[in-house]
Amino acid sequence: MRSWRALAESAAVLAALVALWWLASHLQWVSKVFLPTPESTLASLAEGLATGELKNFTLATVARMLEGWLLASLAGVLLGALIGSSAAARAWLQPTLEFVRPLPASAVLPLAISLFGLSGGMVLFVVAFGAMWPVLLATVHGLASVEPRLREVSMALQMPRTAFLWKVGLPSALPDILAGMRLSMTVSLIVAVVGEMIASQPGLGQAILLAARSFRASELFAGIALLGLIGFASNALLAAAEGKLLIWQKP
Amino acid sequence: MHALRRLRPFAFPALLLGALEWYTRTLGASSDALAPPSAAARALAQAALAGGDAGLWGATAFTLLSAALGLLLGGVLGVLLGIVLGLSRRAAQMSFLSVEVLRPIPSVALIPLSMLVFGFGLRMELSVVAFATFWPMLVLSQAAARQVEPGLLEVARGLGLSPWARTTKVVLPAMVPRLFVALRLGVAIALVVAVTVEIAANPNGMGYAMMIAQQSLEPALMLAWLFWIGVAGYLINAAAMRLQHWVGRRMGVQP
Repeated sequence: MRSWRALAESAAVLAALVALWWLASHLQWVSKVFLPTPESTLASLAEGLATGELKNFTLATVARMLEGWLLASLAGVLLGALIGSSAAARAWLQPTLEFVRPLPASAVLPLAISLFGLSGGMVLFVVAFGAMWPVLLATVHGLASVEPRLREVSMALQMPRTAFLWKVGLPSALPDILAGMRLSMTVSLIVAVVGEMIASQPGLGQAILLAARSFRASELFAGIALLGLIGFASNALLAAAEGKLLIWQKP
Repeated sequence: MHALRRLRPFAFPALLLGALEWYTRTLGASSDALAPPSAAARALAQAALAGGDAGLWGATAFTLLSAALGLLLGGVLGVLLGIVLGLSRRAAQMSFLSVEVLRPIPSVALIPLSMLVFGFGLRMELSVVAFATFWPMLVLSQAAARQVEPGLLEVARGLGLSPWARTTKVVLPAMVPRLFVALRLGVAIALVVAVTVEIAANPNGMGYAMMIAQQSLEPALMLAWLFWIGVAGYLINAAAMRLQHWVGRRMGVQP
């Protein structure tokens, strides 16, 4: 456990960074057009949250991210279980999956736009599609590396394939799946923001793009801060959930 | 049998392409969104023959250059800070909160800011790539520096090496295999972020070329770019992976 003194010191370093920001913006080391003062950023943040505008954008982005992530997790685990539970399917499909893996999720956006138009549903589709890969590949990988003896035992017990998946395969792939889901949450947030920028859907992505286009730097910084907060909170929640769900695995 | 086995990875993509070819020639012949793969192949060949910045090679070069420069900037800064934080427990504790506050900011959130500061072009794209690659490089090189054999550090101290000589002569060489693991991850992130910046804002490179093909209702060209982005990403990631394994073997890491 970190001591209180270490925590206080690291808070002091953070405070020093904010002080540096304050100095840089007040002494105009960096033009005010790019770098608002910390106070004005805070004021924009408070005002945006009070009038509800920024709050609604934040909620819209969070909803898009969570919906996409849930769909991606569901589809990823389902498809991953289908592919991963059969050695033949793995042999035929895995090379294709490995080819698609490095493809940027955002590269699917133009295709999705021409298929579905500039709509919220289109953005949701791309978020879910992009975020599905980490979960899918993690599920396939987790199922491929199930302890061989467990596999033998379930063969000896003549377990049907669904029972094997449910009772042995998926539980032992759970650490991989959860790690994949954590990565896919990050991807969801990124693709949701990019989608909002391109398709002009209400959300923080659109808000910060408009703020930058009209040179409202303090609103831009407020939006960036909120996106950082979303990233921080979602990651912390998932890490906590992961710890709880995997408690039975600890030796 | 053996030869057939080698063809197995291509069976599923061939099936998909065949289905798309059939669909776009029959039911979806009037589609503005999809085109037959054969037309996409022709469009890719035409783009490869066209010169200039918007041609295949010009756009690819722009994307790869911004990704490489951004990775260089983010990587060098990340590794330097990572070594400091990895060697000094106190420094790591002191920067803990600042790192945790700044790291979760999604890199794409900086696209509007970099647009405001640099306008469109190379510098804007590479700055976003640098931010995105800085954090993983920092975290991985911090872990690498922390895992340097303590005996090596003691010897270096016993020899009375200066901190600088200790870092360049002992710590860095001991970190090399792990640094190449970090580099492989950084390459993957840099490419994804570079293409994303082009699709979202920057009017240059492969991502923008694909976006323009969509907006001008040229589905064949758009699919050609999608395929090309996939191929480029696959080849570069595979090369980075080989480099990592090669360096690891040379440095005596058991795979």
